[in-house]
Order: sequence, then structure tokens, then C-alpha cells
Amino acid sequence: MATVLHALSAPWSEPIVRRAFLEAALLGVAGGLLGSWLVLHRLAYPAESLAHGMLPGLVGAALLGVPLLLGAAAGLLVAALTVALAGRVALVDRDSAVAAVVATLLGLGIVLGLSPASPPGIGSLLFGDVLGVTDGDLVAAGALVLVLGVVLAVAQPRLLAVGFDGGATLGLRAGVVDALLLTLLGATLLVAVQGLGNLLVVAVLLAPAGTARALTRRLRPMLAVSVAVAVAGAIGGLYLSYYARTAAGASIAAVLVLAFVAARLATYHRTA
Amino acid sequence: MTALARTDGLVAGYDGVAVLRDVSFELRAGERLAVLGPNGGGKTTLFRVLLGRLTPLAGTVETPASVATVPQTDRSRLDYPVSALDVVLMGTIASRPWWQRPRRADRVAARRALERVGLADRAGATFGELSGGQRQRVRIAQALVGDAQVLLLDEPFVGLDAPSSAQLEALLADLAGAGHAIALATHDLAQARRWDSVLCLNGEQIASGRPAEVLTEDVLARTYGGELVRLHGDLAVLPPHHHHDHDH
Repeated sequence: MATVLHALSAPWSEPIVRRAFLEAALLGVAGGLLGSWLVLHRLAYPAESLAHGMLPGLVGAALLGVPLLLGAAAGLLVAALTVALAGRVALVDRDSAVAAVVATLLGLGIVLGLSPASPPGIGSLLFGDVLGVTDGDLVAAGALVLVLGVVLAVAQPRLLAVGFDGGATLGLRAGVVDALLLTLLGATLLVAVQGLGNLLVVAVLLAPAGTARALTRRLRPMLAVSVAVAVAGAIGGLYLSYYARTAAGASIAAVLVLAFVAARLATYHRTA
Repeated sequence: MTALARTDGLVAGYDGVAVLRDVSFELRAGERLAVLGPNGGGKTTLFRVLLGRLTPLAGTVETPASVATVPQTDRSRLDYPVSALDVVLMGTIASRPWWQRPRRADRVAARRALERVGLADRAGATFGELSGGQRQRVRIAQALVGDAQVLLLDEPFVGLDAPSSAQLEALLADLAGAGHAIALATHDLAQARRWDSVLCLNGEQIASGRPAEVLTEDVLARTYGGELVRLHGDLAVLPPHHHHDHDH
């Protein structure tokens, strides 16, 4: 018993790990909340597209030596615009066009990142550096949780109605509601990408929500389970990383994806 | 009885192109109106005008009472995490400022609306687990909780079994008796004959009035063209093969 307690408490003695725990827990709350609405509104694919499509902006910022936040914002804007434009090209169907654009942007980011001019540490843009979070990152994550909590709670009735059937019979405008969700997504990606990385941030957004969707039948339990799974997965992933000496962001993603697969398998009979 | 909705010389369409012309009719409190016509004949367009979501190209439309539509339930997601009561509560959104969450009064009103449609005992059931007829009645409760005086229903009997149809028809009769006006798009001529009035549309108004006077062979031929068949001595409409998304 004492050894278990010691194993659980040992990582907390290091300030760097304490920060990482706090950052992971805050991003877990944010991802669990927002991700639930993204899943209910069938925005998982656009969410993934934006997260991955912003990579050239991040790499560009690292190359130019400007703040990553600036690069992330520019990258998001470019990704959102190209994805929106690609969807209007009549030559191919929408999903294929978006997939082509995202693959191109991701590839562009990696090519830029592998250029001789690029500084070391490009890998942390892809996989995050949750052990390197600053006080500023923690404040930003805390503010994000606050903003998401308030906005999503106020918008809840409309979000629920629009996700249900588009809301047209009630005179609600689905476009406005989806735009709100995508704006919140942009803000979340800006804050979360430095800790979790461009590739792995999607896991915290979508895997807990998918897990909760499989396990629950009502909105409130779904939100609660999604947040609980995200926070537990983030913290569990950090423990895994501490003892198995695996990359922190990747360990968190692995735990969350495993939870999702387990929940889907356990409830397979319900959807089959 | 007072008119809850009225059009005069209404012309409506999309992008300046009229798909429906010369519609002049009145819908009074307590009246049940069957709107007949082929797919693309203008039923859905007329409903959009009455809901205020489509501006007429010409003519006038007056809706002194609040109008609500009862959608076909196959457009909603059956795996969505909401109860019957949650769906009815959605009908109260428009009555609150955007920042306000449902109040106790809203919940009471929603429960009362469910009671009204005979589903008080199913309030906590997941919407997707209800039968087609029950989902239809939950949607009617959603319209009622928003204080709608005029209900527009788009082929609500499609896919319902006989007991569910009878239940729904009894509910609509009950609502009309309480002063609501009901307009219902349908292909069921036998049902239309039992209602208070009919409106026949085929790109324009073919006829309107009492079923016994209006539903003549000539009017039906002009309304439906080739889709009409004779069954056991009665005229009937061929079952539609279509998807409603393209129905104007």
C-alpha cells in the first residue's frame, strides 16, 4: 500500500511535473466539454482538419522566431479559409477536398520543419511539450476553461436543439451555432497546441467525448463522463509517461484512445 | 370564428421564380384544413410563407396568431441524448432572452404540453426509443409549448400504423376543438374528406372550400394530373416515391 502511495505521489515532488499535471487536467476539462458538443454536432472531422491544418503556421512561427501563439493563430486562419474554399470546389466532393487540403497543409508544415534552417524542437510542435509549460500557459488554460464553461452553459439550450435536428423548425440558425463552436475550437487549439501538440490535441478533444457518447444516454451525464475521462486520461497518461519513460503527449493520447476503444467494445451491442 | 391566417393573391417562389401562384384562403380558429397537391405542387412553399421564413413575391399574407410547424420526425437524430421532455423544452427557447436557461415555469409548461398530447408518462423516455406516433406527438407538444395557435403538419401520418394514426387524428380533432387551427399536407383523400376544408395546390390554387363541394373528379384531375387512380370506386393518389428534401 505504501509503495502504491509512493508511486502515485513521487512525480508530484517535481515542480515541472506538478505543472504538467495541472495543465493536462485543465486541458482535459476544456477538451471534454467542447469535444462533447463537437461530437454531437458532427464537427469531429472539421475539428481534426483545423487542428492539423494549422501546422504550417506553427512551424513558420518557429522559423521566423515570432511567438508560437501568433503562428498558431495565422495557421488556424489559413487552414479555416482553405478548408472553407476547398468545400466549394465543384470538381470533387466536400470531404475529399477537405482531406486533400489538410494533407497538403500538414505535409507543408513537415517539409518546412525538416528544412535545415529550422530550429531544433520542431517535434514538440507535433507532439507537444506538456512538461515545458510556463505560468502563462497555465493562466491561459485556466481562462480557457472559464470561458468555455460559461459560453457553453449559456448556449446549451440552443446547442442541444440545433444538434438535434438543425433547429430550423424552431427558427434557430444552425450556421450561427456551428460558427460559435468552431470559434471556441479555434481558441482551444491556440491554448492547447503548445502543451499537447498539433497531432495529439485532437485526441483530448474527441476521444473522451466519443467515450462518453458510448456510455451515456443524456446530455448532463455525457458532459460529466467526457470531462472525467479526459482529466483521468490526461493524468493517467502522465503517470504512464513518468514510469514508462514515454513521451508525455503521446502517452495521454494512448490512454484516451484506449478508453474510447474499450467503451465502444463494451457497448457494441447497443449500436450493432 | 376569427381568421388565424389569411393569404390574398399570394405568389411565392425561390430566387424570383414563382412555384406557387394565386393562393387566396383563410384559416380560422378551430378549423382543420387538408392541403392537397402533388410533390412540388407548392405545399411546403406555402407552409414556409405562413411561417414567415419565405417572403411572398406578390400578394399578401397575414398571420395574426403564432404559427409553428411540426416536422417529420425522420429528420431528427434518433440516437441523440435527449428525453421526450428535453425535446418539448426546446419549444420554449424562443420565449426567453438568449442568455437565460429554462426556468421552472418552462418545465411546468413542457410537462403540461406532454400531458396534453397523452404522453405524460413518457416524459423521461429517450426520444429515439419512442414509437413514430409518439415522436410525432412529442413534436406537437413542442409546438404547443411555444404557444402556437396555428399548427402546420407535413404528412404526419406517413409511416404510422393504424392505432397511432387514429390517436394522432383524435389529438388533432381535440386541438381544433380547443381553438387551434391545423393545416396538414397530405396525400390521403379519404382523410381529407373528413376534415373541415381542403386547399388544392398544383403550382397554383386549383380550389379551396368544403371537401364535399371541392373534391370533384375534375378538381382532383387538375390537382394531381396522372398520379390519380380509382380504388374501389373512390379516387386515390398514387403513393409518392420521393424524398421530402426536394419537395417544394
